Amino acid sequence: MSAVLEVRDLRTAFPSSGGPVPVVDGVSFDLNRGEVLALVGESGSGKSMTALSAMRLVPKPGRVVSGSVRLDGTELLDLPVTEMRRVRGARMAMIFQEPMTCLNPVVRVGEQVIEAIQLHEDVSKAEARARTRELFVEVGIPDPEARLDAFPHQLSGGLKQRVMIAMALSTRPEILIADEPTTALDVTVQAQILALLRDLQRDRDAAILLITHDLGIVNELADRVAVMYAGRLVEVAERRALLSDPRHPYTQGLLRSIPALARPGEALPEIPGVVPSPDQWPAGCRFATRCPKRIDRCDTDFPEETAPAEGRRVWCHVHDGEGA
Amino acid sequence: MMGIEAYVWSNAMTGLLLVGMLWAARVVRGNRLWREAASELWRRRRLAILVVGLYLGIGVADSIAWVGGIPEDAVGVLPNAPLSIIDRLFLDTREASYSAPLASVEFYGGKPLRHPGSHLLGTDILGRDVLYMVFKGARVALLIGGLTSLIAIPLALFFGVSAGYFGGRVDDVVFFLISTLAAIPGLLLLIALIMVMGRSTVSVCIALAVTGWVGFCRLSRAETLKLRELDYVQAARALGVSEARIIFRHILPNLAHLIVITFVLTFSGLVLSEATLSWLGIGVDGSWGQMIDGARDELSRSPIVWWNIGAAGTALFGLILAVNAVGDAIRDVLDPRTMRGSE
Amino acid sequence: MSDANDDVLLRVSGLRTWYPIKQGLLRKTTGYVQAATDVGFTIAPGETLALVGESGCGKSTVGRSILRLENPQEGEVFFEGRDLLALDEEALRAARQRVQIVFQDPMASLDPRMRIRDQIAEGMHSFGIGADDAERGERVARLLERVQLDPAAMDRYPHEFSGGQRQRICIARALAVEPRLIVCDESVSALDVSIQAQILNLLRELQDELGLSYLFITHDLSVVKYLAHQVAVMYLGKIVEQGPTERIFASPAHPYTQGLLAAIPSIDPDRRGGAPPVLGDVPSPSDPPAGCHFHTRCPRVMDRCRREVPSLVPVEGGASRCFLSSEDPPENH
Repeated sequence: MSAVLEVRDLRTAFPSSGGPVPVVDGVSFDLNRGEVLALVGESGSGKSMTALSAMRLVPKPGRVVSGSVRLDGTELLDLPVTEMRRVRGARMAMIFQEPMTCLNPVVRVGEQVIEAIQLHEDVSKAEARARTRELFVEVGIPDPEARLDAFPHQLSGGLKQRVMIAMALSTRPEILIADEPTTALDVTVQAQILALLRDLQRDRDAAILLITHDLGIVNELADRVAVMYAGRLVEVAERRALLSDPRHPYTQGLLRSIPALARPGEALPEIPGVVPSPDQWPAGCRFATRCPKRIDRCDTDFPEETAPAEGRRVWCHVHDGEGA
Repeated sequence: MMGIEAYVWSNAMTGLLLVGMLWAARVVRGNRLWREAASELWRRRRLAILVVGLYLGIGVADSIAWVGGIPEDAVGVLPNAPLSIIDRLFLDTREASYSAPLASVEFYGGKPLRHPGSHLLGTDILGRDVLYMVFKGARVALLIGGLTSLIAIPLALFFGVSAGYFGGRVDDVVFFLISTLAAIPGLLLLIALIMVMGRSTVSVCIALAVTGWVGFCRLSRAETLKLRELDYVQAARALGVSEARIIFRHILPNLAHLIVITFVLTFSGLVLSEATLSWLGIGVDGSWGQMIDGARDELSRSPIVWWNIGAAGTALFGLILAVNAVGDAIRDVLDPRTMRGSE
Repeated sequence: MSDANDDVLLRVSGLRTWYPIKQGLLRKTTGYVQAATDVGFTIAPGETLALVGESGCGKSTVGRSILRLENPQEGEVFFEGRDLLALDEEALRAARQRVQIVFQDPMASLDPRMRIRDQIAEGMHSFGIGADDAERGERVARLLERVQLDPAAMDRYPHEFSGGQRQRICIARALAVEPRLIVCDESVSALDVSIQAQILNLLRELQDELGLSYLFITHDLSVVKYLAHQVAVMYLGKIVEQGPTERIFASPAHPYTQGLLAAIPSIDPDRRGGAPPVLGDVPSPSDPPAGCHFHTRCPRVMDRCRREVPSLVPVEGGASRCFLSSEDPPENH
């Protein structure tokens, strides 16, 4: 598989009175054609910021400080703003967590998708409308013709998200970035959207960068998984391998603390402590203060990347092949 | 110059003001959130704060008055009249009529002055030093802004918070009141009130308060409506806290930042309103607005007498600019998001 | 369940909370948001009942109605033998001591301008717990320790704490007045998974130690399995199924419960990619479908469901609001 998106040593920081605060601190990974890569982490891990950095949509006053993001060979971080705008939407599309805030409430939804199409391609309004209608069918919106003229407030959360997905796919992008696409939706609707994303991905052979904190969603959609903690990657592996044989203590802890796996009558295994904020990042491994497997070296030396098996990357001094 | 009894009032008020400021300073120092806000404010707007402080100092100096202690042969002073610090600084500086800034002769006629070259901003038609008049105007401006707000803000809070918190009939009554007041053209109401109450500083302040409290009332009502639904207010109700206590311990402190911002930002509007009233002839004596109004004739003279209006206008501009700069910074600093810290 | 006061702490029956929709200049009532209809359940001392459902099902409304933070039109809420809905202001304030609530949003649950100590002690003032400031301060310190926070936290402000820590503070605040029942309204939904586990463990410990009961409101069924003894599933304002936790998970009787359980994404690497069990969107609670509220999305809908309203019928260990349950015994799925 060839890489359609190559991220190398990406660093993004926010200024503060005490100096720049890095939220993405040296992240490198590949997204291959036709695969779904899940970027997993809890709040403060930097996963959303990584995706926004790749799109060059980091909210001010933050900025990408260094690193490289190559889309099919083109270095995105060097592009002039007008060029980048052409890439965004046409070659890289993003769907967000809250469909309510991403759709303009005073414009009909069909119109918004048509606008997105016409922005990037030279087609007539009628053509764009026909394509939008097809997209609505593809994403499973019932009664698509009527829905073209609906306003966002007339649609449910699930339908709005389908519209967002249609808008993102309208220009046939090479990459789709989905930032917590189902977190704001009910569980039954989430199941529908996950199934939809699965079908779309398979039919279009699309590359998807999926940002989520939910390992269940990871299992449903992802081919490969990258786990982030406090701004850096801690483990990258193929889905099945990560879920059945996690190597990094953080991944192990995460899997264990999922309530669904709890045995009744026992206390839920927990990861004690809290995620350190950037001004409290220790010199060594950032997970050391909460890690059950910590050794002295973890406090002083940041673990280098190791490759314990084919396709696996782990950043830990202690993992040496242990299972969950 | 002040009336015989008013100076006692004025001294007392000034004393009260200073005590009030010391108390506020103690509260700010004791509460970490406010302390951090204050030092942030100082960091951002040092110059503007100093300028406001300067005006404040001059106004206070003009508010402290006492009788006696003046030489026998002072010109143009009633014996036993209370004189403020500013009055004493400019004692016996009267000329006969106009003179240009730093001139040594009268403007019309060229007769030599009593104190040649010492009038920094010249003298007005009655020969009074213009700088002295500007200083006296500072007190008036601060009084207008301060006293009016002191009346208007509690009024607005009382009605606004009641309407927002209790809703229902209370809200309807307040809404009716606000709408009625807002429907009357402000300037006309202002003029009518001053005519009825007579022309004094206090009546102008009351009139301005009555016509001006509606805006803040709406704002505090809207904010109270929002706060009332927040989880921590619901939690307080669940914890059995009485309504009164909820209002005083949860609602009002979370409105405090709005109060400060409103006070500072409406201050300049009030001073300008008084200038308009002076132009209509019903303002407060000794205000900059009155100086500007008096300049109507002066500007059409030949050669032109510009220093009166120039000084008053500049003083007005300076205060309003400084207050607005501080007010904008206060609004940024007291924004609940920044006050909440690292969210 | 018998109604003897010893083994029933809370008994809710026939609860109906509807919000009027007012439109137009004269604010005429044009309809109602039927947030909760005919809701009834019991909670025993030391037990947790989970109230589960998706958005618009009314679970939060039920929780708040019990505390009379909302005003139900009908129904009874018997707590410690007295109907909370029938009490006057004075008696209600006194009764509130025994029923507390922990909200979902850790940011909005604490007053940003009050110190932690004052917020936890506030309830103590209302109910006369603690003779003076010093004693109240002592109690606050003990409470903070009990929720595993450093007592020095009491002089700090909410913004200095993380989401999980704030929830601990909210729990401490609820415990300060020595309640017997705590309504947890989506209390862990806004927290990260690893923090969730900490808070759930804390809630369990407190329950074991103090004999607390919980009404645990959530949309997350996996959390329910760990904490709850009994589960009640709500859909569009009505309870559609009720029963002990193990039974609900092992053999759910109502098609909605079945769909809800099947919709949870599994982390078992061998199980992925099923068809979504429930199609369509949740209808609006201001205009619920006729007959059985769930019939528009039910994979096993019958003609009868469109016309008649099912009532709760007993099934093994609980109840289900479905014609299929009254016709044949629940099958194992």
